[in-house]
Amino acid sequence: MSTVATINKASPLDALQRWLPKLVLAPSMLIVLVGFYGYILWTFVLSFTNSSFMPSYKWVGLAQYARLMENDRWWVASKNLLLFGGMFIAISLVIGVLLAILLDQRIRREGFIRTIYLYPMALSMIVTGTAWKWLLNPGLGLDKMLRDWGWEGFRLDWLVDPDRVVYCLVIAAVWQASGFVMALFLAGLRGVDQSIIRAAQVDGASLPSIYLRIVLPSLRPVFFSALMILAHIAIKSFDLVAAMTAGGPGYASDLPAMFMYSFTFSRGQMGMGSASAILMLGAILSILVPYLYSELRNKRHD
Amino acid sequence: MNAINRLAAVISLASLLPLSAVAAANGMVEVTHWWTSGGEAAAVKTLKEQVEKDGFTWKDNAVAGGGGAAAMTVLKSRAVAGNPPGAAQIKGPDIQEWGALGLLTELDDVSRANNWDALLPKKVAQIMQYDGHYVAVPVNIHRVNWLWINPQVFDKAGAKVPTTLDELFAAADKLKAAGFIPLAHGGQPWQDSTVFEDLVLSILGPQGYHKAFVELDEDTLTGAQMVKVFETLKRLGTYMDPNRAGRDWNIAAAEVINGKAGMQIMGDWAKSEWTAAGKVAGKDYQCVAFPGTQGSFAYNIDSLAMFKLKNENDIKAQNDLAKVALEPRFQTVFNQNKGSLPVRQDMDMSQFDACTQKSAVDFKEAEKGDGLQPSMAHNMATSLAVQGAIFDVVTNFFNDPKADPATAVKQLNSAIKSAK
Repeated sequence: MSTVATINKASPLDALQRWLPKLVLAPSMLIVLVGFYGYILWTFVLSFTNSSFMPSYKWVGLAQYARLMENDRWWVASKNLLLFGGMFIAISLVIGVLLAILLDQRIRREGFIRTIYLYPMALSMIVTGTAWKWLLNPGLGLDKMLRDWGWEGFRLDWLVDPDRVVYCLVIAAVWQASGFVMALFLAGLRGVDQSIIRAAQVDGASLPSIYLRIVLPSLRPVFFSALMILAHIAIKSFDLVAAMTAGGPGYASDLPAMFMYSFTFSRGQMGMGSASAILMLGAILSILVPYLYSELRNKRHD
Repeated sequence: MNAINRLAAVISLASLLPLSAVAAANGMVEVTHWWTSGGEAAAVKTLKEQVEKDGFTWKDNAVAGGGGAAAMTVLKSRAVAGNPPGAAQIKGPDIQEWGALGLLTELDDVSRANNWDALLPKKVAQIMQYDGHYVAVPVNIHRVNWLWINPQVFDKAGAKVPTTLDELFAAADKLKAAGFIPLAHGGQPWQDSTVFEDLVLSILGPQGYHKAFVELDEDTLTGAQMVKVFETLKRLGTYMDPNRAGRDWNIAAAEVINGKAGMQIMGDWAKSEWTAAGKVAGKDYQCVAFPGTQGSFAYNIDSLAMFKLKNENDIKAQNDLAKVALEPRFQTVFNQNKGSLPVRQDMDMSQFDACTQKSAVDFKEAEKGDGLQPSMAHNMATSLAVQGAIFDVVTNFFNDPKADPATAVKQLNSAIKSAK
């Protein structure tokens, strides 16, 4: 080591310094490459095989995808995802922005209130799901409470109604995530230049139009970050459904992640499970790629 | 100070314990299972004690949750990694799949030395064999087609214990009129399918059942009688609690035990709940064959499959486990706790309660004809993929108020076809 150092006229410390970042990053890089991209590739390969109960490599082409397309449960799960994802993202954004704007009005005890709204995010989805399962259960939750209080005709049975059970998932997920959206927007609002707002006030603009026309449009990047985070929470949603409805009644509240798990791991249809996983990846990429593309292109323009 | 000393002593003793256990052992058997509920855990403990008394080490690998799905995931990953446990709770057609992968060991010596061929009913022995050799040891036989009745509730409502489907509906009407929930039920796919399977056995009879779920015969699956099964299922649903979605079976059993509901359609593991509540079979509760399935016996057999091992001593431990699992002592304690029937045919049944005794008589009778049929809802009749396809159709039909029986049979047939 010392001979090398003297020949190169560089101290070993310099060499170390050059290599250190790479050395430190190498293990995590390796884990990401193998554990993430490697397994994506493996899943992709498995989705073209007849793997049933254990992985096998007998090629069947697109047969697993064809079976998936014929499967009624997959379509229920996909439609549920569209409905759940769409409503969850939209409602969380609206409530989050409203809360952020209200909190931005220099009110008293802001820190305390902010914590209350942000706190649901600290819970795991399993806890959220279980708590809301009890709250929305017709036999023992809100429904029973209101009827015991005297509203005899009150009936809130969405959790056991196959047509409405998805809305229950939306309620629980919105409850959990809207505080987080609020925090994102609050941080953005605090970053808006106060002089712009004052200038608008001097021009005689009302408070709602200041927010709608000036402040919110300037928060476009925050809006996109929130959208990205909410979209991927929606697509990978598994624990919430598992805890709250387990896909039921029937499979009316199934989501693609639940479908994938049940076919791959408990039903011995690994090929079909892999095909569904690849389609889910495709769905995420179809949102992510245009977003990344536009982001990166904007950077280049700057 | 004293407390700290004591704590230190305990910790050092505890850290020594595993060491001493390994030192004393001359062979170890690791067992992957999901017998984790109260009674089941107590039952497994007797097995562990027997193996340890014979001088071997028992390494417990209990994986709770998902009706064994979690344990299967662990088992698969370990088998793929080439490090399977000595024994694992695997049942029914899965034994054949694992056998086909060449991972299971042949238990020829133990089975011959202990005369398994004579001890086990023929049908049970066939399930435990792969390619003519025993690869698994059965521990119990569950009967699925039971109806559990709370006689006090029946008396209050003036209902009669049903023996046919018509009588079942008559009793249910009386219970409903008296303000009880006629049928306790949990809305989970496997519970919905358990009821469905009982109806198939009742309406199509054991031969029709065999054609539908074992041979997956298209004409039987789409026939008029299958439409009637779905119609009856729908009708039964109107006698159940509308808020049942996602409810666990033991919560439903508790409704019958507490006198809120009159009946429950469930396998004989439901008895463990009655026993835990301090109730006596025949007096505080009644068990009858599901109406119309008298003489039939839908079985669900738990078994331990044995994996190929390399270490000589570990193989000895594995063989010991296989031997002990069929010994009367374990069979008695385990089945008393599980509510099931011992697999050994030479047991003294007087140690069991009225329900298990009746189960034993019915088993012998069903064995003579076609009555003995594998349970579809408990993964004894079909592959997991086909079972899953049936579950999907049944549970979707059962929970959709607008579902049509005639469409359901077509869906059932096409779902099974695409899963095959």
